[in-house]
Amino acid sequence: MTTEHFAIDARQLRKEFPGHVAVRDLTLTVPRGEIFGFLGPNGAGKSTSIKMLLGLVRPTAGSATVLGAPLGDVAIRRRIGFLPEDFRFYDWLTATELVRLHGRLAGMSPAQLRTRVPDVIEMVGLSQHRDRPLRGFSKGMLQRIGLAQAVVHEPDLVFLDEPTSGLDPVGRRMVRDVLRAERARGATVLLNSHLLSEIEVTCDRVAFIKDGEMVATRALGGAWQEGVRVVMHARGVSDDAMAGIARWTGSARLEGEELRFGVESEAVVADIVRHLVGAGADVYRVVPERASLEDVFLELVGEDRGL
Amino acid sequence: MTGIWLMAGVTLREAVRRKILWTALIAGALLLAVFAVAMHLQVVEFQGRAMSPFVRYQVEAGMMMIGLYTCDLLAVVLTILTSIDTIAGEIGSGTIHAIATKPLARWQILVGKFLGFLVMIAGFVAVTFAATIWVAHATTGVLPEHPFRGFALIVFECAIALALTFLFGTWFSTLTSGVLALGLQGVAFMGGWLEQVSGFSQSVHIVTLGVASSLVMPGESLWRRAAYEMQTQLAGSLSFSPFANVSIPSGLAVGYAAAYFAVVLGIAIWHFERRDL
Ligand SMILES: Nc1ncnc2c1ncn2[C@@H]1O[C@H](COP(=O)(O)OP(=O)(O)OP(=O)(O)O)[C@@H](O)[C@H]1O
Ligand SMILES: [Mg+2]
Repeated sequence: MTTEHFAIDARQLRKEFPGHVAVRDLTLTVPRGEIFGFLGPNGAGKSTSIKMLLGLVRPTAGSATVLGAPLGDVAIRRRIGFLPEDFRFYDWLTATELVRLHGRLAGMSPAQLRTRVPDVIEMVGLSQHRDRPLRGFSKGMLQRIGLAQAVVHEPDLVFLDEPTSGLDPVGRRMVRDVLRAERARGATVLLNSHLLSEIEVTCDRVAFIKDGEMVATRALGGAWQEGVRVVMHARGVSDDAMAGIARWTGSARLEGEELRFGVESEAVVADIVRHLVGAGADVYRVVPERASLEDVFLELVGEDRGL
Repeated sequence: MTGIWLMAGVTLREAVRRKILWTALIAGALLLAVFAVAMHLQVVEFQGRAMSPFVRYQVEAGMMMIGLYTCDLLAVVLTILTSIDTIAGEIGSGTIHAIATKPLARWQILVGKFLGFLVMIAGFVAVTFAATIWVAHATTGVLPEHPFRGFALIVFECAIALALTFLFGTWFSTLTSGVLALGLQGVAFMGGWLEQVSGFSQSVHIVTLGVASSLVMPGESLWRRAAYEMQTQLAGSLSFSPFANVSIPSGLAVGYAAAYFAVVLGIAIWHFERRDL
Protein backbone atom coordinates (compact mmCIF):
# COMPACT_ATOMS: atom_id res chain seq x y z
CA MET A 1 0.00 0.00 0.00
CA THR A 2 1.67 3.23 -1.07
CA THR A 3 1.24 6.50 0.76
CA GLU A 4 -0.57 7.72 -2.31
CA HIS A 5 -3.27 5.22 -1.46
CA PHE A 6 -4.17 7.52 1.39
CA ALA A 7 -5.45 10.98 0.64
CA ILE A 8 -4.49 11.95 4.18
CA ASP A 9 -2.00 10.25 6.44
CA ALA A 10 -1.43 12.17 9.66
CA ARG A 11 0.86 11.03 12.44
CA GLN A 12 0.54 12.54 15.89
CA LEU A 13 -0.09 16.05 14.68
CA ARG A 14 -0.16 18.42 17.59
CA LYS A 15 -0.82 22.13 17.87
CA GLU A 16 -0.20 24.25 20.92
CA PHE A 17 -1.19 27.86 21.05
CA PRO A 18 0.36 30.00 23.77
CA GLY A 19 -1.15 28.71 26.96
CA HIS A 20 -3.17 25.83 25.62
CA VAL A 21 -3.30 22.81 23.39
CA ALA A 22 -5.73 23.04 20.48
CA VAL A 23 -4.96 19.64 18.98
CA ARG A 24 -3.40 17.02 21.20
CA ASP A 25 -2.83 14.13 18.85
CA LEU A 26 -4.26 13.78 15.38
CA THR A 27 -3.42 10.40 13.94
CA LEU A 28 -5.58 9.68 10.97
CA THR A 29 -5.59 7.94 7.64
CA VAL A 30 -8.22 8.67 5.04
CA PRO A 31 -8.22 6.42 1.95
CA ARG A 32 -8.69 7.94 -1.48
CA GLY A 33 -12.31 8.37 -2.48
CA GLU A 34 -13.73 8.45 1.02
CA ILE A 35 -16.01 11.10 2.48
CA PHE A 36 -14.76 11.61 5.98
CA GLY A 37 -16.46 13.66 8.69
CA PHE A 38 -15.06 15.44 11.74
CA LEU A 39 -17.52 15.74 14.58
CA GLY A 40 -16.90 17.49 17.84
CA PRO A 41 -18.07 20.27 20.12
CA ASN A 42 -17.10 23.91 19.64
CA GLY A 43 -13.42 24.46 20.27
CA ALA A 44 -12.57 20.77 19.96
CA GLY A 45 -9.86 21.50 17.40
CA LYS A 46 -11.61 20.54 14.16
CA SER A 47 -10.72 23.68 12.23
CA THR A 48 -7.20 23.71 13.60
CA SER A 49 -6.75 20.12 12.41
CA ILE A 50 -7.87 21.02 8.91
CA LYS A 51 -5.66 24.10 8.88
CA MET A 52 -2.65 22.01 9.81
CA LEU A 53 -3.33 19.59 6.98
CA LEU A 54 -3.65 22.55 4.61
CA GLY A 55 -0.42 24.16 5.73
CA LEU A 56 -2.14 27.25 7.14
CA VAL A 57 -1.13 26.39 10.67
CA ARG A 58 2.26 24.96 11.49
CA PRO A 59 2.05 21.88 13.72
CA THR A 60 3.99 21.97 16.97
CA ALA A 61 4.86 18.30 16.51
CA GLY A 62 4.05 15.35 14.31
CA SER A 63 4.01 14.88 10.57
CA ALA A 64 1.57 14.19 7.79
CA THR A 65 1.30 13.61 4.09
CA VAL A 66 -1.54 14.91 1.98
CA LEU A 67 -2.01 13.19 -1.40
CA GLY A 68 1.42 11.75 -0.80
CA ALA A 69 3.14 15.11 -0.34
CA PRO A 70 4.52 16.39 2.96
CA LEU A 71 2.82 19.31 4.71
CA GLY A 72 3.75 22.65 3.21
CA ASP A 73 4.22 21.31 -0.31
CA VAL A 74 2.98 24.08 -2.58
CA ALA A 75 2.56 22.26 -5.89
CA ILE A 76 0.21 19.61 -4.46
CA ARG A 77 -2.32 22.33 -3.63
CA ARG A 78 -3.29 22.37 -7.28
CA ARG A 79 -5.14 19.16 -6.43
CA ILE A 80 -6.67 20.42 -3.18
CA GLY A 81 -9.79 22.50 -2.63
CA PHE A 82 -10.79 24.32 0.55
CA LEU A 83 -13.88 26.02 1.85
CA PRO A 84 -12.85 27.96 4.98
CA GLU A 85 -15.04 28.15 8.07
CA ASP A 86 -16.03 31.71 7.38
CA PHE A 87 -15.61 32.29 3.67
CA ARG A 88 -14.66 35.85 2.86
CA PHE A 89 -13.36 37.51 -0.19
CA TYR A 90 -13.00 40.88 -1.87
CA ASP A 91 -16.65 41.78 -1.99
CA TRP A 92 -16.38 44.01 -5.02
CA LEU A 93 -15.80 41.03 -7.30
CA THR A 94 -18.80 39.47 -8.99
CA ALA A 95 -19.56 35.81 -8.38
CA THR A 96 -18.14 34.90 -11.79
CA GLU A 97 -14.99 36.98 -11.29
CA LEU A 98 -14.37 35.42 -7.91
CA VAL A 99 -14.69 31.84 -9.08
CA ARG A 100 -12.57 32.62 -12.12
CA LEU A 101 -9.84 34.20 -9.98
CA HIS A 102 -9.75 31.18 -7.71
CA GLY A 103 -9.62 28.88 -10.70
CA ARG A 104 -6.70 30.89 -12.09
CA LEU A 105 -4.91 30.82 -8.75
CA ALA A 106 -5.46 27.06 -8.67
CA GLY A 107 -3.64 26.81 -11.96
CA MET A 108 -6.44 26.55 -14.53
CA SER A 109 -6.17 28.22 -17.90
CA PRO A 110 -8.61 30.94 -18.98
CA ALA A 111 -9.86 28.61 -21.71
CA GLN A 112 -10.74 25.86 -19.23
CA LEU A 113 -12.48 28.38 -17.02
CA ARG A 114 -14.73 29.71 -19.74
CA THR A 115 -16.93 26.65 -19.58
CA ARG A 116 -16.14 25.44 -16.07
CA VAL A 117 -17.06 28.63 -14.18
CA PRO A 118 -20.68 28.87 -15.38
CA ASP A 119 -21.03 25.14 -14.65
CA VAL A 120 -19.99 25.33 -11.00
CA ILE A 121 -22.00 28.48 -10.43
CA GLU A 122 -24.98 26.64 -11.86
CA MET A 123 -24.21 23.69 -9.58
CA VAL A 124 -24.38 25.85 -6.45
CA GLY A 125 -27.58 27.45 -7.68
CA LEU A 126 -26.34 31.00 -8.23
CA SER A 127 -26.65 31.34 -12.00
CA GLN A 128 -29.12 34.17 -11.66
CA HIS A 129 -26.68 36.14 -9.53
CA ARG A 130 -23.46 35.36 -11.31
CA ASP A 131 -22.80 38.91 -12.47
CA ARG A 132 -23.67 40.57 -9.19
CA PRO A 133 -20.93 41.77 -6.86
CA LEU A 134 -20.53 39.70 -3.68
CA ARG A 135 -21.17 42.80 -1.59
CA GLY A 136 -24.88 42.23 -1.95
CA PHE A 137 -24.76 38.53 -1.17
CA SER A 138 -26.36 36.96 1.88
CA LYS A 139 -24.36 34.68 4.14
CA GLY A 140 -25.79 31.58 2.55
CA MET A 141 -25.05 32.86 -0.96
CA LEU A 142 -21.46 33.58 0.04
CA GLN A 143 -21.21 30.08 1.43
CA ARG A 144 -22.40 28.71 -1.91
CA ILE A 145 -19.84 30.74 -3.81
CA GLY A 146 -17.22 29.50 -1.36
CA LEU A 147 -18.21 25.96 -2.20
CA ALA A 148 -17.98 26.75 -5.93
CA GLN A 149 -14.42 28.07 -5.58
CA ALA A 150 -13.45 25.01 -3.54
CA VAL A 151 -14.31 22.59 -6.33
CA VAL A 152 -13.84 24.68 -9.47
CA HIS A 153 -10.51 23.05 -10.32
CA GLU A 154 -11.86 19.52 -9.78
CA PRO A 155 -9.48 18.79 -6.91
CA ASP A 156 -8.64 15.27 -5.76
CA LEU A 157 -9.04 16.26 -2.12
CA VAL A 158 -11.56 18.76 -0.78
CA PHE A 159 -11.63 20.20 2.73
CA LEU A 160 -14.95 21.69 3.74
CA ASP A 161 -15.13 23.46 7.10
CA GLU A 162 -18.82 23.50 8.00
CA PRO A 163 -20.13 23.62 4.44
CA THR A 164 -23.77 23.81 5.47
CA SER A 165 -23.43 26.67 7.94
CA GLY A 166 -25.82 29.45 7.06
CA LEU A 167 -27.61 27.43 4.40
CA ASP A 168 -31.34 26.93 4.05
CA PRO A 169 -32.75 23.40 3.59
CA VAL A 170 -32.43 23.70 -0.17
CA GLY A 171 -28.84 24.76 0.25
CA ARG A 172 -28.08 21.82 2.52
CA ARG A 173 -29.56 19.55 -0.07
CA MET A 174 -27.34 21.21 -2.66
CA VAL A 175 -24.26 20.53 -0.50
CA ARG A 176 -25.25 16.89 -0.31
CA ASP A 177 -25.59 16.76 -4.08
CA VAL A 178 -22.20 18.40 -4.52
CA LEU A 179 -20.67 15.87 -2.13
CA ARG A 180 -22.24 13.06 -4.07
CA ALA A 181 -20.92 14.46 -7.33
CA GLU A 182 -17.46 14.79 -5.81
CA ARG A 183 -17.56 11.21 -4.65
CA ALA A 184 -18.70 10.06 -8.08
CA ARG A 185 -15.72 11.90 -9.56
CA GLY A 186 -13.48 9.94 -7.22
CA ALA A 187 -12.52 12.87 -5.00
CA THR A 188 -11.79 12.51 -1.31
CA VAL A 189 -13.68 14.86 0.99
CA LEU A 190 -12.94 15.79 4.56
CA LEU A 191 -15.65 17.84 6.21
CA ASN A 192 -16.50 19.41 9.54
CA SER A 193 -20.04 19.78 10.62
CA HIS A 194 -22.19 20.26 13.66
CA LEU A 195 -25.16 18.82 11.85
CA LEU A 196 -25.04 15.19 12.83
CA SER A 197 -27.84 14.25 10.49
CA GLU A 198 -25.84 15.73 7.59
CA ILE A 199 -22.81 13.67 8.51
CA GLU A 200 -24.98 10.63 8.92
CA VAL A 201 -26.28 10.76 5.36
CA THR A 202 -23.16 11.94 3.57
CA CYS A 203 -20.09 10.46 5.25
CA ASP A 204 -18.49 7.05 4.88
CA ARG A 205 -16.62 7.45 8.09
CA VAL A 206 -16.62 9.85 10.98
CA ALA A 207 -14.12 10.83 13.67
CA PHE A 208 -15.23 12.17 17.02
CA ILE A 209 -13.00 14.88 18.38
CA LYS A 210 -12.97 16.11 21.92
CA ASP A 211 -10.51 18.44 23.60
CA GLY A 212 -8.15 18.18 20.68
CA GLU A 213 -8.12 14.44 20.64
CA MET A 214 -9.78 11.88 18.42
CA VAL A 215 -11.79 9.74 20.77
CA ALA A 216 -13.17 7.36 18.16
CA THR A 217 -13.73 6.77 14.48
CA ARG A 218 -16.75 4.95 13.15
CA ALA A 219 -17.67 3.65 9.77
CA LEU A 220 -21.17 4.80 8.89
CA GLY A 221 -23.58 2.43 7.23
CA GLY A 222 -21.45 -0.32 8.69
CA ALA A 223 -20.99 -2.21 11.94
CA TRP A 224 -21.68 0.55 14.40
CA GLN A 225 -25.31 0.78 13.38
CA GLU A 226 -25.83 -2.63 14.87
CA GLY A 227 -25.12 -1.01 18.19
CA VAL A 228 -28.30 -0.82 20.18
CA ARG A 229 -29.56 1.69 22.68
CA VAL A 230 -32.00 0.33 25.19
CA VAL A 231 -34.47 2.22 27.32
CA MET A 232 -35.76 0.08 30.18
CA HIS A 233 -38.51 0.73 32.65
CA ALA A 234 -37.66 -0.97 35.93
CA ARG A 235 -38.35 -0.63 39.63
CA GLY A 236 -36.18 -1.61 42.56
CA VAL A 237 -32.83 -1.60 40.76
CA SER A 238 -30.24 -1.82 43.53
CA ASP A 239 -26.75 -0.32 43.37
CA ASP A 240 -25.35 -3.82 43.23
CA ALA A 241 -27.56 -4.64 40.26
CA MET A 242 -26.29 -1.49 38.51
CA ALA A 243 -22.70 -2.39 39.23
CA GLY A 244 -23.32 -5.84 37.76
CA ILE A 245 -24.46 -4.40 34.45
CA ALA A 246 -20.93 -3.14 33.84
CA ARG A 247 -20.18 -6.62 32.53
CA TRP A 248 -22.19 -5.84 29.37
CA THR A 249 -22.15 -2.09 29.02
CA GLY A 250 -20.21 0.88 30.28
CA SER A 251 -22.86 3.44 29.58
CA ALA A 252 -25.72 2.46 31.87
CA ARG A 253 -27.51 5.36 33.56
CA LEU A 254 -30.43 5.15 35.91
CA GLU A 255 -32.78 8.11 36.24
CA GLY A 256 -35.75 7.34 38.45
CA GLU A 257 -37.26 4.25 36.97
CA GLU A 258 -35.70 4.72 33.58
CA LEU A 259 -32.58 2.75 32.85
CA ARG A 260 -30.69 3.60 29.66
CA PHE A 261 -27.69 1.90 28.18
CA GLY A 262 -26.04 1.04 24.90
CA VAL A 263 -24.80 -2.37 23.88
CA GLU A 264 -23.00 -3.94 20.96
CA SER A 265 -25.85 -6.25 19.96
CA GLU A 266 -29.37 -7.16 20.92
CA ALA A 267 -28.23 -10.61 22.02
CA VAL A 268 -27.00 -9.32 25.38
CA VAL A 269 -30.24 -7.50 26.20
CA ALA A 270 -31.81 -10.76 27.40
CA ASP A 271 -28.79 -11.42 29.62
CA ILE A 272 -29.14 -8.00 31.21
CA VAL A 273 -32.84 -8.49 31.86
CA ARG A 274 -32.10 -11.87 33.47
CA HIS A 275 -29.43 -10.26 35.60
CA LEU A 276 -31.72 -7.45 36.78
CA VAL A 277 -34.60 -9.78 37.59
CA GLY A 278 -32.17 -12.05 39.40
CA ALA A 279 -31.02 -9.07 41.48
CA GLY A 280 -34.60 -8.44 42.57
CA ALA A 281 -35.72 -5.71 40.15
CA ASP A 282 -39.10 -5.53 38.43
CA VAL A 283 -38.75 -4.96 34.69
CA TYR A 284 -41.84 -3.57 32.97
CA ARG A 285 -40.74 -2.47 29.57
CA VAL A 286 -37.70 -2.93 27.34
CA VAL A 287 -37.40 -0.74 24.25
CA PRO A 288 -34.37 -1.34 22.05
CA GLU A 289 -33.68 1.39 19.50
CA ARG A 290 -31.02 1.88 16.89
CA ALA A 291 -28.54 4.39 18.17
CA SER A 292 -28.51 7.60 16.19
CA LEU A 293 -25.27 9.37 15.54
CA GLU A 294 -26.37 11.91 18.09
CA ASP A 295 -26.50 9.27 20.80
CA VAL A 296 -23.05 8.08 19.87
CA PHE A 297 -21.84 11.65 19.81
CA LEU A 298 -23.19 12.42 23.25
CA GLU A 299 -21.92 9.16 24.62
CA LEU A 300 -18.41 9.64 23.28
CA VAL A 301 -18.01 13.35 23.61
CA GLY A 302 -20.07 13.81 26.71
CA GLU A 303 -22.72 16.30 27.62
CA ASP A 304 -21.98 19.98 27.14
CA ARG A 305 -20.12 21.17 30.18
CA GLY A 306 -19.89 24.68 28.81
CA LEU A 307 -16.81 25.94 27.05
CA MET B 1 4.96 33.12 -11.65
CA THR B 2 1.39 33.53 -12.87
CA GLY B 3 0.33 33.58 -9.21
CA ILE B 4 2.36 36.71 -8.51
CA TRP B 5 0.78 38.55 -11.43
CA LEU B 6 -2.71 37.41 -10.45
CA MET B 7 -2.14 38.67 -6.91
CA ALA B 8 -0.64 41.90 -8.20
CA GLY B 9 -3.60 42.39 -10.51
CA VAL B 10 -6.29 41.82 -7.92
CA THR B 11 -4.40 43.98 -5.39
CA LEU B 12 -4.09 46.80 -7.90
CA ARG B 13 -7.80 46.61 -8.67
CA GLU B 14 -8.55 46.60 -4.97
CA ALA B 15 -6.26 49.59 -4.35
CA VAL B 16 -7.67 51.58 -7.25
CA ARG B 17 -11.16 51.02 -5.90
CA ARG B 18 -10.27 52.49 -2.53
CA LYS B 19 -11.87 55.81 -1.76
CA ILE B 20 -8.62 56.86 -0.14
CA LEU B 21 -6.83 56.94 -3.51
CA TRP B 22 -9.44 59.23 -4.97
CA THR B 23 -9.44 61.35 -1.83
CA ALA B 24 -5.69 61.71 -2.18
CA LEU B 25 -6.02 62.62 -5.85
CA ILE B 26 -8.61 65.27 -5.02
CA ALA B 27 -6.39 66.58 -2.25
CA GLY B 28 -3.53 66.60 -4.75
CA ALA B 29 -5.63 68.53 -7.25
CA LEU B 30 -6.60 71.13 -4.63
CA LEU B 31 -3.00 71.55 -3.52
CA LEU B 32 -2.01 71.90 -7.14
CA ALA B 33 -4.55 74.68 -7.57
CA VAL B 34 -3.13 76.49 -4.53
CA PHE B 35 0.34 75.90 -5.91
CA ALA B 36 -0.63 77.33 -9.30
CA VAL B 37 -2.07 80.45 -7.68
CA ALA B 38 1.05 80.89 -5.55
CA MET B 39 3.31 80.52 -8.56
CA HIS B 40 1.24 83.00 -10.50
CA LEU B 41 1.30 85.55 -7.68
CA GLN B 42 5.03 85.14 -7.44
CA VAL B 43 5.46 85.82 -11.13
CA VAL B 44 3.25 88.93 -10.93
CA GLU B 45 5.19 90.12 -7.94
CA PHE B 46 8.53 89.67 -9.68
CA GLN B 47 7.39 91.62 -12.74
CA GLY B 48 7.25 94.85 -10.79
CA ARG B 49 10.79 94.42 -9.48
CA ALA B 50 14.19 94.78 -10.93
CA MET B 51 15.99 91.58 -10.04
CA SER B 52 18.56 89.41 -11.63
CA PRO B 53 17.06 86.57 -13.66
CA PHE B 54 19.52 84.39 -11.81
CA VAL B 55 18.00 85.00 -8.35
CA ARG B 56 14.52 84.92 -9.80
CA TYR B 57 15.05 81.54 -11.34
CA GLN B 58 16.38 80.24 -8.03
CA VAL B 59 13.32 81.33 -6.14
CA GLU B 60 10.97 79.86 -8.71
CA ALA B 61 12.80 76.57 -8.82
CA GLY B 62 12.67 76.50 -5.02
CA MET B 63 8.92 76.94 -5.17
CA MET B 64 8.63 74.06 -7.57
CA MET B 65 10.48 71.94 -5.04
CA ILE B 66 7.88 72.88 -2.42
CA GLY B 67 5.22 71.57 -4.77
CA LEU B 68 7.11 68.37 -5.41
CA TYR B 69 7.75 67.87 -1.70
CA THR B 70 4.01 68.09 -1.10
CA CYS B 71 3.49 65.36 -3.69
CA ASP B 72 6.12 63.28 -1.94
CA LEU B 73 4.46 63.57 1.47
CA LEU B 74 1.06 62.81 -0.01
CA ALA B 75 2.43 59.73 -1.78
CA VAL B 76 4.03 58.34 1.37
CA VAL B 77 0.89 58.83 3.45
CA LEU B 78 -1.22 57.32 0.67
CA THR B 79 1.11 54.31 0.52
CA ILE B 80 0.64 53.62 4.21
CA LEU B 81 -3.10 54.23 4.34
CA THR B 82 -4.00 52.10 1.30
CA SER B 83 -1.81 49.14 2.16
CA ILE B 84 -2.06 49.02 5.94
CA ASP B 85 -5.07 46.73 5.89
CA THR B 86 -3.93 44.32 3.25
CA ILE B 87 -1.97 41.81 5.34
CA ALA B 88 -3.28 42.30 8.86
CA GLY B 89 -6.85 42.80 7.66
CA GLU B 90 -6.92 39.72 5.44
CA ILE B 91 -5.42 37.57 8.16
CA GLY B 92 -7.91 38.95 10.65
CA SER B 93 -10.95 38.43 8.44
CA GLY B 94 -9.85 35.04 7.14
CA THR B 95 -9.78 36.25 3.53
CA ILE B 96 -6.24 34.93 3.34
CA HIS B 97 -7.35 31.34 4.02
CA ALA B 98 -8.75 30.71 0.57
CA ILE B 99 -5.69 32.31 -1.06
CA ALA B 100 -2.89 30.82 1.02
CA THR B 101 -4.16 27.32 0.25
CA LYS B 102 -3.76 27.82 -3.48
CA PRO B 103 -0.68 26.50 -5.27
CA LEU B 104 1.36 29.61 -4.75
CA ALA B 105 3.98 30.13 -2.07
CA ARG B 106 3.32 32.70 0.59
CA TRP B 107 6.21 34.86 -0.59
CA GLN B 108 4.49 35.01 -3.96
CA ILE B 109 1.33 36.32 -2.31
CA LEU B 110 3.32 38.99 -0.51
CA VAL B 111 5.40 39.99 -3.52
CA GLY B 112 2.29 40.04 -5.73
CA LYS B 113 0.50 42.34 -3.33
CA PHE B 114 3.62 44.48 -3.06
CA LEU B 115 3.83 44.93 -6.81
CA GLY B 116 0.13 45.73 -7.04
CA PHE B 117 0.44 48.57 -4.55
CA LEU B 118 3.71 49.78 -6.00
CA VAL B 119 2.18 50.16 -9.46
CA MET B 120 -0.68 52.16 -7.97
CA ILE B 121 1.69 54.41 -6.02
CA ALA B 122 4.00 54.87 -8.98
CA GLY B 123 1.00 55.96 -11.00
CA PHE B 124 0.01 58.43 -8.32
CA VAL B 125 3.51 59.89 -8.08
CA ALA B 126 3.81 60.11 -11.88
CA VAL B 127 0.51 61.99 -12.19
CA THR B 128 1.08 64.42 -9.34
CA PHE B 129 4.72 65.05 -10.30
CA ALA B 130 3.87 65.63 -13.93
CA ALA B 131 1.06 68.00 -13.00
CA THR B 132 3.25 69.98 -10.58
CA ILE B 133 6.10 70.26 -13.03
CA TRP B 134 3.72 71.28 -15.77
CA VAL B 135 2.19 74.06 -13.62
CA ALA B 136 5.64 75.28 -12.58
CA HIS B 137 6.86 75.27 -16.14
CA ALA B 138 3.76 76.91 -17.55
CA THR B 139 3.83 79.78 -15.04
CA THR B 140 7.54 80.42 -14.68
CA GLY B 141 9.38 78.34 -17.23
CA VAL B 142 11.47 76.39 -14.69
CA LEU B 143 12.19 72.72 -15.26
CA PRO B 144 13.71 70.19 -12.90
CA GLU B 145 17.15 68.93 -13.73
CA HIS B 146 16.63 65.15 -13.58
CA PRO B 147 12.89 64.57 -13.12
CA PHE B 148 13.09 60.82 -13.81
CA ARG B 149 15.80 60.25 -11.23
CA GLY B 150 13.66 62.17 -8.79
CA PHE B 151 10.60 60.15 -9.68
CA ALA B 152 12.46 56.88 -9.22
CA LEU B 153 13.80 57.94 -5.81
CA ILE B 154 10.36 58.99 -4.59
CA VAL B 155 8.83 55.70 -5.71
CA PHE B 156 11.71 54.00 -3.92
CA GLU B 157 10.88 55.98 -0.77
CA CYS B 158 7.26 54.77 -1.05
CA ALA B 159 8.49 51.21 -1.58
CA ILE B 160 10.30 51.42 1.76
CA ALA B 161 7.16 52.68 3.49
CA LEU B 162 5.25 49.84 1.81
CA ALA B 163 7.75 47.19 2.92
CA LEU B 164 7.54 48.48 6.50
CA THR B 165 3.76 48.43 6.38
CA PHE B 166 3.87 44.84 5.15
CA LEU B 167 6.35 43.90 7.85
CA PHE B 168 4.14 45.31 10.59
CA GLY B 169 1.08 43.76 8.98
CA THR B 170 2.53 40.26 9.29
CA TRP B 171 2.97 40.80 13.02
CA PHE B 172 0.29 43.14 14.32
CA SER B 173 -3.32 44.17 13.88
CA THR B 174 -4.23 46.79 11.30
CA LEU B 175 -4.44 49.56 13.87
CA THR B 176 -1.13 48.79 15.52
CA SER B 177 0.62 48.47 12.16
CA GLY B 178 -0.79 51.80 11.09
CA VAL B 179 0.44 53.57 14.21
CA LEU B 180 3.88 52.00 13.88
CA ALA B 181 4.21 52.79 10.17
CA LEU B 182 3.16 56.42 10.59
CA GLY B 183 5.32 56.72 13.72
CA LEU B 184 8.39 55.56 11.85
CA GLN B 185 7.57 57.99 9.09
CA GLY B 186 7.62 60.69 11.76
CA VAL B 187 11.07 59.56 12.84
CA ALA B 188 12.26 59.76 9.24
CA PHE B 189 10.80 63.22 8.88
CA MET B 190 12.53 64.41 12.03
CA GLY B 191 15.78 62.75 10.97
CA GLY B 192 15.68 64.67 7.73
CA TRP B 193 15.29 67.99 9.47
CA LEU B 194 17.88 67.24 12.11
CA GLU B 195 20.40 66.48 9.41
CA GLN B 196 19.52 69.80 7.82
CA VAL B 197 20.09 71.62 11.08
CA SER B 198 23.28 69.76 11.60
CA GLY B 199 24.61 71.41 8.47
CA PHE B 200 24.70 74.68 10.46
CA SER B 201 24.79 73.60 14.03
CA GLN B 202 28.05 72.75 15.65
CA SER B 203 26.40 70.21 17.92
CA VAL B 204 27.78 66.75 17.36
CA HIS B 205 24.77 65.36 19.22
CA ILE B 206 22.30 66.73 16.74
CA VAL B 207 24.31 65.31 13.88
CA THR B 208 24.36 61.93 15.60
CA LEU B 209 20.66 62.09 16.32
CA GLY B 210 19.84 63.03 12.74
CA VAL B 211 21.98 60.28 11.33
CA ALA B 212 20.54 57.78 13.80
CA SER B 213 16.97 58.69 12.79
CA SER B 214 17.86 58.34 9.14
CA LEU B 215 19.36 54.95 9.85
CA VAL B 216 16.22 53.82 11.66
CA MET B 217 14.10 54.95 8.74
CA PRO B 218 15.94 56.19 5.66
CA GLY B 219 12.88 57.26 3.65
CA GLU B 220 13.30 60.97 4.04
CA SER B 221 16.93 60.93 2.99
CA LEU B 222 15.72 59.58 -0.35
CA TRP B 223 13.54 62.64 -0.76
CA ARG B 224 16.53 64.86 -0.10
CA ARG B 225 18.54 62.95 -2.63
CA ALA B 226 15.66 63.29 -5.08
CA ALA B 227 15.49 67.02 -4.40
CA TYR B 228 19.20 67.30 -5.08
CA GLU B 229 18.84 65.41 -8.36
CA MET B 230 15.92 67.52 -9.50
CA GLN B 231 16.93 71.01 -8.56
CA THR B 232 18.86 73.02 -11.04
CA GLN B 233 22.52 73.54 -10.30
CA LEU B 234 21.73 77.08 -9.30
CA ALA B 235 18.84 76.52 -6.99
CA GLY B 236 20.34 75.01 -3.92
CA SER B 237 19.97 78.29 -2.21
CA LEU B 238 16.84 78.00 -0.05
CA SER B 239 19.26 76.82 2.46
CA PHE B 240 17.17 76.02 5.51
CA SER B 241 14.53 73.70 4.19
CA PRO B 242 14.08 70.11 3.15
CA PHE B 243 15.09 71.18 -0.35
CA ALA B 244 18.48 72.52 0.53
CA ASN B 245 21.58 70.61 -0.34
CA VAL B 246 23.30 71.51 2.87
CA SER B 247 23.75 67.83 3.56
CA ILE B 248 23.07 65.84 0.46
CA PRO B 249 22.62 62.15 1.14
CA SER B 250 25.47 60.41 -0.60
CA GLY B 251 25.33 57.40 -2.87
CA LEU B 252 26.15 55.47 0.26
CA ALA B 253 22.92 56.69 1.90
CA VAL B 254 20.96 55.49 -1.12
CA GLY B 255 22.78 52.18 -0.94
CA TYR B 256 21.92 51.93 2.74
CA ALA B 257 18.27 52.58 1.91
CA ALA B 258 18.37 49.78 -0.68
CA ALA B 259 19.83 47.35 1.86
CA TYR B 260 17.30 48.52 4.45
CA PHE B 261 14.48 47.90 1.99
CA ALA B 262 15.75 44.41 1.15
CA VAL B 263 16.09 43.48 4.81
CA VAL B 264 12.64 44.79 5.78
CA LEU B 265 10.91 43.04 2.89
CA GLY B 266 12.98 39.93 3.58
CA ILE B 267 11.90 39.79 7.23
CA ALA B 268 8.28 40.43 6.24
CA ILE B 269 8.41 37.49 3.81
CA TRP B 270 10.24 35.29 6.30
CA HIS B 271 7.70 35.94 9.01
CA PHE B 272 4.70 35.64 6.70
CA GLU B 273 6.05 32.32 5.42
CA ARG B 274 6.16 30.78 8.86
CA ARG B 275 3.35 32.34 10.83
CA ASP B 276 -0.02 30.67 11.41
CA LEU B 277 -2.88 32.04 9.38
N1 LIG C 1 -5.00 31.42 16.46
C1 LIG C 1 -5.33 30.89 17.66
N2 LIG C 1 -4.73 31.32 18.79
C2 LIG C 1 -5.03 30.79 19.99
N3 LIG C 1 -5.93 29.82 20.17
C3 LIG C 1 -6.57 29.35 19.10
C4 LIG C 1 -6.31 29.86 17.78
N4 LIG C 1 -7.09 29.19 16.90
C5 LIG C 1 -7.81 28.31 17.63
N5 LIG C 1 -7.50 28.40 18.95
C6 LIG C 1 -8.07 27.60 20.02
O1 LIG C 1 -7.90 26.24 19.70
C7 LIG C 1 -9.04 25.50 20.07
C8 LIG C 1 -9.59 24.76 18.88
O2 LIG C 1 -10.11 25.70 17.96
P1 LIG C 1 -10.78 25.26 16.59
O3 LIG C 1 -11.12 26.49 15.83
O4 LIG C 1 -9.91 24.27 15.92
O5 LIG C 1 -12.10 24.55 17.11
P2 LIG C 1 -13.30 23.93 16.27
O6 LIG C 1 -13.37 22.51 16.66
O7 LIG C 1 -13.16 24.23 14.83
O8 LIG C 1 -14.54 24.71 16.89
P3 LIG C 1 -15.88 25.25 16.17
O9 LIG C 1 -16.81 24.09 16.12
O10 LIG C 1 -16.36 26.28 17.12
O11 LIG C 1 -15.54 25.78 14.84
C9 LIG C 1 -10.02 26.49 20.69
O12 LIG C 1 -9.90 26.40 22.08
C10 LIG C 1 -9.55 27.82 20.21
O13 LIG C 1 -9.79 28.81 21.17
MG1 LIG D 1 -14.22 25.32 13.49
